[in-house]
Amino acid sequence: MRQQDFEHRYGPVWQQIEAVVDPASGVELEAVGSGRIAEALPELYSQLCHHLALAKHRRYSGSLINRLNALSMRAHHHLYRHNHRYEHVFLKFLLEAFPAALHRNARFVWIALACFLLPALLMWALCFTQQDMIFSLMDPGQVRGFEAMYEPGNHAIGRERGSETDLMMFGFYIKNNIGISFRTFAGGILFGLGSLFFLIYNGLFIGAAAGHISHVGYQETFFPFVIGHGAFELTAIVFSGAAGLMLGWALIDPGGYTRLVALREAGREAATIILGSALMLLVAAFLEAFWSSHAGVPAPVKYTVGTFFWVLVIAYCTLLGRVRGES
Amino acid sequence: MIDTRYQVETPEGIELQADLAGPVSRVLAYAVDILIRQAVTLLVLLLLVFLGEAGWGLWLLLSFVLEWFYPVLFEVFHSGQTPGKKMMGIQVVNDDLTPVTFSTSTVRNLLRFADFMPFAYLFGIASMVCHPEFKRLGDLAAGTLVIYRKQAPVQAALPASDPLPLNRKLDLEEQVAIISFTERHQQISRERQQELAEIIGESFGQRTEKAVGFLQGVGIWLLGGR
Repeated sequence: MRQQDFEHRYGPVWQQIEAVVDPASGVELEAVGSGRIAEALPELYSQLCHHLALAKHRRYSGSLINRLNALSMRAHHHLYRHNHRYEHVFLKFLLEAFPAALHRNARFVWIALACFLLPALLMWALCFTQQDMIFSLMDPGQVRGFEAMYEPGNHAIGRERGSETDLMMFGFYIKNNIGISFRTFAGGILFGLGSLFFLIYNGLFIGAAAGHISHVGYQETFFPFVIGHGAFELTAIVFSGAAGLMLGWALIDPGGYTRLVALREAGREAATIILGSALMLLVAAFLEAFWSSHAGVPAPVKYTVGTFFWVLVIAYCTLLGRVRGES
Repeated sequence: MIDTRYQVETPEGIELQADLAGPVSRVLAYAVDILIRQAVTLLVLLLLVFLGEAGWGLWLLLSFVLEWFYPVLFEVFHSGQTPGKKMMGIQVVNDDLTPVTFSTSTVRNLLRFADFMPFAYLFGIASMVCHPEFKRLGDLAAGTLVIYRKQAPVQAALPASDPLPLNRKLDLEEQVAIISFTERHQQISRERQQELAEIIGESFGQRTEKAVGFLQGVGIWLLGGR
């Protein structure tokens, strides 16, 4: 068949596809409603693929092949886009995908936890027992700053503050904390080193702060403040570190795959975990801004609620998401 | 060999072709995006500054979203194109040339931080320059590509010659050469066409200035003109 006969015979098919995938192109649909053509798209598309293969085989001219290739590309995008309209994506993510991903990658979570917790405990003990230890990590200005924050007499934390300040702090916590979590994750692609650095660094810093505050005796303002949102915040930082370590490990020991394939597979898992920890940090920022800082709530209530949050988070991570993995 | 063609075989058994976008257009697209982002943050700051601390809170939220999710949202909901990419005519897709999804786009954009290391996107650019498909670290982990968005090519008008049947058998290579010579008559200068026509025309005994018209006629006949 000559090229022009070919174009003449199948042109209408191509035009119909064009009308479906690119409604703005100005191509008029034939008398049939566009809905019916959209339903027929899979059929039309397989015809188009056939035409493209034929055109290549018969060595029709480059411009025709380019045109068919461009059209198949757009139809391909149209057909293969992901359609989640009928699934409860968000619920499914929270109740299944995220906890399941944590379970599948439990060893990374444990390693990340160790990298965060051990330096924190070490620094806590050192700063609690030795007055000057804190200055190995922070400069005197910083130390004075956070001492003032938690000083019981000063009520800076405990003061009943306006809702406007709460909103400002909410914005700050979101930007700051989720930023830290994302950086902890991203650093993982450098063979895990970035994630390790951020985990250890944050562990040292938080441990030092807690230890020093206990040392100077401001516990009764510090711990009621941090216990609530800490449940979500500290675990989320560990999780994002674990996600980063997964990327790094895929590069160090790709198993039976090439490094690139292993990295891509790890990236898919890590995406779930990092999105989950971003959600946890969102909750944490909300609590930190509107609950932890609330002065009207007595400390015992804060301890109770805080403990409840910890139980909740730990139960969420351990109980959910294992059903399918172990069956 | 340097080749910016990228091919994927689809389940339908055809090979889709795409042209990979190189570092230069990608860096330019990024520059446009960063300008837009800065302008928006600044403008919103000017507005929100009148709202006091609540305004600061909102601004911090917005700048967080712009910093981390501006590319993700555009790539997922705007067929792989941030405004800068749209301007450069490029688009992000998955490795298999399917549209980018929320999770792949998140991975490639969160890893920008690693690409930025140690400063000014040094790792990212180094990785792009070394990788045959111009991937930066984020693309490697997410399994994404940046390609030129194909416009459906405009069908070129054929030259106004009458079809000229040949009574001699042409082999496939000859047919392809003559047809593409005919179709590209608007892209090649007149002089060059003359030169080419004399080379091809030699085997048909056509050496004069009529060679161009002769080949175009044959080309139209080969394409199916009657």
